[in-house]
Parts: sequence; structure tokens; C-alpha cells
Amino acid sequence: MEKNESEMITIYVMGKKHLVPADLTIMKAMEYAGHQFKRGAGCRGGFCGACATIYRTKGSYKLQGALACQKIVEDGMYIAQIPFCPAEKKTYDIGELRPEANTFLEYYPEIARCLSCNTCTKACPQDIQVMDYVQAALRGDVEEAAKLSFDCLSCGLCAVRCPAEIVPYNIAQLARRLYSRYVVGPTEHVLNRVEEVEAGDFDAEIEELKGLETAALRERYNKREMRV
Amino acid sequence: MKLPYYPGCTLKTTAKSFDASTVASAQALGIELVELPRWNCCGTVHALAKDDVMHYLAPIRNLVRVEQMNDEGLVDDNRVVTQCAMCYNTLKRANQSAKEDPEKMTKIRDFMEKEPNYRGSAEVVHMLEVLKKDGFEKVSDRVEKPLTGLRVAPYYGCLLLRPRGFGIDDPDKPSVMEDLLGALGAEIVDIPFKSKCCGAYHTVQMKEVAADLSHRILSQAAEAGADLVATACPLCEYNLGDRQKEIKKIFREFESIPVVYYTQLMALAFGQGEEATMFGENDPDPRPILKERGLI
Amino acid sequence: MSTGKSRLYYTYTSENASFKARVEELSGEKIDLCFQCGACSSGCPLTAEMDLLPSTVIRYAQLGMGEALDSNTIWVCSTCFNCEVRCPRGIDIANVMEALRQMRLRKKYDRVSLDDLTPEELRELPQVAIISNLRKLTG
Repeated sequence: MEKNESEMITIYVMGKKHLVPADLTIMKAMEYAGHQFKRGAGCRGGFCGACATIYRTKGSYKLQGALACQKIVEDGMYIAQIPFCPAEKKTYDIGELRPEANTFLEYYPEIARCLSCNTCTKACPQDIQVMDYVQAALRGDVEEAAKLSFDCLSCGLCAVRCPAEIVPYNIAQLARRLYSRYVVGPTEHVLNRVEEVEAGDFDAEIEELKGLETAALRERYNKREMRV
Repeated sequence: MKLPYYPGCTLKTTAKSFDASTVASAQALGIELVELPRWNCCGTVHALAKDDVMHYLAPIRNLVRVEQMNDEGLVDDNRVVTQCAMCYNTLKRANQSAKEDPEKMTKIRDFMEKEPNYRGSAEVVHMLEVLKKDGFEKVSDRVEKPLTGLRVAPYYGCLLLRPRGFGIDDPDKPSVMEDLLGALGAEIVDIPFKSKCCGAYHTVQMKEVAADLSHRILSQAAEAGADLVATACPLCEYNLGDRQKEIKKIFREFESIPVVYYTQLMALAFGQGEEATMFGENDPDPRPILKERGLI
Repeated sequence: MSTGKSRLYYTYTSENASFKARVEELSGEKIDLCFQCGACSSGCPLTAEMDLLPSTVIRYAQLGMGEALDSNTIWVCSTCFNCEVRCPRGIDIANVMEALRQMRLRKKYDRVSLDDLTPEELRELPQVAIISNLRKLTG
């Protein structure tokens, strides 16, 4: 049975009170209230990490983090967005790095300051074991750090809360790059396909497509065979 | 016997020879060292300020793992063995605090809400303590290739013996490493500075100071006729061993003397191979002198 | 604090009292027990690098003299606990050094910076060295 109207609740955005429908996400609720996102919005699907938000629920002293496009509002929620986390990413040439013990320490020596306090894990909206992957990086365990951080969106909530001023997601990115490049390596089917392309296997087909009229191209596209 | 084992960050990275020789020589003595699951950096050094709570999280978390291992039946011993003297001191002192300071433990338990409460049942021990408790005769019984003629200077460093009450032996007259090396058949060379600081973490940003202190220790060993120095701490091994390049820059006539981990000598005496002794990792290389003494 | 007159005159102000109280609170040590025997200083391996001897720093602490925080002694100390083992009155001098370091580090002060380390050094130094260095000398 559908309701005609949603229940309305109170939220506070940057300190200002608004009445919004209760079943909206923070992002939609802020837009309902009249905010226009110039920053802090991206894919709207919980995948890009642009909409990191700090909020507090009524009656609780805790400041918590979430993605605005995923988190549903609650009555009395107090909201503030972090538009951008100004973290420094070190420049490196992945081709020159090796998955060695001290590679992480060389570029991000601040991981030696990790207190194992787990604040990063608590802040993560993706339920990642952030402390565990930082510790894995400190031990030089590239595979563990890469696997644990797979769901990371670089939203910045962990970095903003870390008492040792570490930026975990930059370390995770380095771990995943090292893992893919050096531990897993290029996959066989990709290498085979590259060989085929370089051998000219697809040249004729591409030339043909380039010569088609737009209408013919459209027809070919609509009738294409799709394998699931 | 299965014992929980805490290797620490360094044994997994720049001190792999210590890790490999520890696990191998323990195995030869019938001790299976089971590495803690999901362990984290111990956060060395121990936080001395009385009001500090934050720096206890790291070691206490590891002690929770020890209890978890026992609860899950992975081991049935509440002792956790560690080799790195820095980790040993940090874990042991945090454990002591956990038992003596219930107020601090309450704060820590509340903060670590996702972890099971630490009940205070773990005991932090160093490998040498385990060997002493089991009896050094067990070590000598297992020796296949006694280190006859090898003159070893044991070097304890600081945190294995101090502060009082947290050491593995008497800080004024320690003997546990001598007993162990004697059980391996080696000749002990006693040096006055065997427990004098090597410079510790000053090797990072005041490396001439660490080089100077290490030089004093190494020259005593050389003058007393030692073939090599045996240590039980990866920071000492780095300062006394790898930093010899720095020492040579300051003291031109200094002649290098190899520095090894005592477990590497154990693995050698037990007849274990290169994967256990890993002498290739030491700088300077101990293999020439070991070859000269007919041990490899 | 000296007023420019003869150094025989030392006025113990409330500022000195609160400095001393803070040192005792952070370290948990009864620094009044020290009778300046010098055993700690004679056992300390790093006195050659220090501007004040460890026993002098304890004396400064007893008198509540904030100048103790300006010495390089507290930063040169390697926490080897040789002093603690030797003290006939059971004082842990290394604890007092840590308390003095904390009094500076907790005020947004870092003694060392990671920027001073070259990539080559970071590649070679053992984890334990970098971790303990940052723990002791940064806030």
C-alpha cells in the first residue's frame, strides 16, 4: 500500500534547520532543502567518494562519517560536508617501483606513526578494515593491503580523523597499483588481445565501420550481438 | 608445544633472517611458533607518560589476539613469544599496566569496542626465557654441529635487561645469552659494554651518535678477540652491523666484524640449511669467518 | 629564575611550583628523592652529546626551572634505562626525561621531521628505527 506523502523530519544543514521527507538520502534531502551541489557530488551511486559527509544524530555525542548519496536521513540529524580532503599524493613512477618491504615507507614514511587505534576503520563508510591494510603496508605485505582496500573510494573520512595524520587511501592506492602490476601482473587474455590488435586482426573491421554512414552505423549497433 | 608468536614489523621486512632462524630453530626444539592472526605494529617505544592511554591500544590489541588464539584452540599456552627486544619491552610493559591500572584498562576496553575485552591472561616472554625455562640441556642435546672454536661476544642491548623488573635477566650480571651460546658449543667473549646502548633510534636522524656508540661496543669485541657479535634485537643488529659503513667514515682504522642474530647461530649448530640461517642477509658477511672456523 | 643579581639568589615562584608539579604528574616520579649522587650521569652513554648532565636536569626539575626544556639533553636521551637501574633512590630518570619531552611535544612541537630523511635512508632503515624515532621525537 503506498503512502501519498512521506513523513517529514527535521535536519540541520550547516547549522540551518530544514524539514525534509524522511526517506531521502542526505544528498537528496539537501537538494530538497534548496542546496545546489557544485562540489561534493559525483556519481550519486556510492562509488566515487566525492560526497563524504560528517553528521551527528540526535542525542548522540559522536561525530560520524558517511557518503551523502547513500545514507538515509534521520530526525534531528546535524550535517556538514567535507567538500574535498586536501591530502598530498606522492608522485612516483609505478614502472620504477618494486613491491618491497620499504616501498611504502619510502613514499609514505608517516605510516610508521600508526597507533593501531582503529579510528580510520570506524570512520569508513565502506566497512573496510582500514587499520589492517595500513598495518599490512607497514609490514610490506602488498597483497594483503591491496585485497583489504579493494572497496576504497578515497572519500577522505579516514584521513580527516586519523590522530597520526596519515592518509590511508593514498597508501591503499599504492598497494593496489603495486599488486596489480607486480604481483598479479598483466592477465593472459589482455596480452593475447593486444597481440591480436597489433597483428592487425581487427584492422579490416575497423576500416569498414569507419566508412559507414551514421544511419547504417546506428542499425549495426542496435542489432549487435550481446553476450552476457 | 605450540606457542603464540609475535614477530613484529621489522622481522617481517628488514630482519627476515631473525624471523626465519627463530621459527626454524624453535621447530628443531619441538616448539611450533604460531604467528598471531591480524597482529599490528606494537607501537614501540613504550609510552612512559603516566596519563597516556592512546599508545597502549597497539600492544593491548595484540594481547587480545593471544587470548583469542587460546579461546579458539589454535594454541594452549598464554605466553606470547617475541624476539625483537623493543617489541618485548613495549608488550610487556603494556601488559603490566593492564594488570595494575584498572582505570586505564576500562578506558581502553571502552575505546576498543569492536574487540573482545582483554582479560589480562597473556604473558609476554622472550625466546631466551622460553629456552631457559625448558633447560639449555635441550639445546645442547639438539646440537649436530657444535660451534667449537667460534669466539662469540654476546650483546644484550638495553631493553632485554632494563628497566628493572622488565628484563629477562639481571641487568648487572646477565648470563642467559652466554648460557645459550655455551650450549651451542661456542666460546664466549665477555665485553664490558655488552649491555650498553647502541644508540637505538638515534640511528635515524643522529647517525654519527649511533655510529660512535656502536663503534665503542664493536672495538671492545674485536680487541677481546671475538670472531663475531651475537644480538637479540633487530635495531641493535642494524646499528652494530649495517651502520659499520658509517663507523668507517668516522673511524678510518676500524675493521669490520660480523654481527649475527643468536638464532642464526642456533640454526647453524642444529645443522639447518640456508633457508634457516640466512647468513647472506647479514652485513658485514659472517660467512668468511664461519668458513674459516670450519662451520660451513 | 635569576634576576641578574648573584646566582645565589633563586626565588621559587608559583610558576616554578606548577612546572615541577607537572613533571612529577607526567613522570610519576618522586624527584625530590634525588640527592645528586651523579650515578645516573656516570652510567649514561650519551653525556658527550648533552649540554646538561642527566643529574643536572633532575636538579632543574626539582627547582621547577623551565630551562630544562631548552636543553638538548632531553632529546639526546635514548631511553636506555641505564640511569634507572643505577639510581640508589629508585628514581626512573628516563621517565623524567620523557615527561619533559612530552611537555614540549604536546604543544605542537616536533623535534624531527620526516622531510629530513632521504628516499635511500627510508628504503634501508628498519621499521623499528623509524617507528621508535617518530614515537619519541614527534607530537
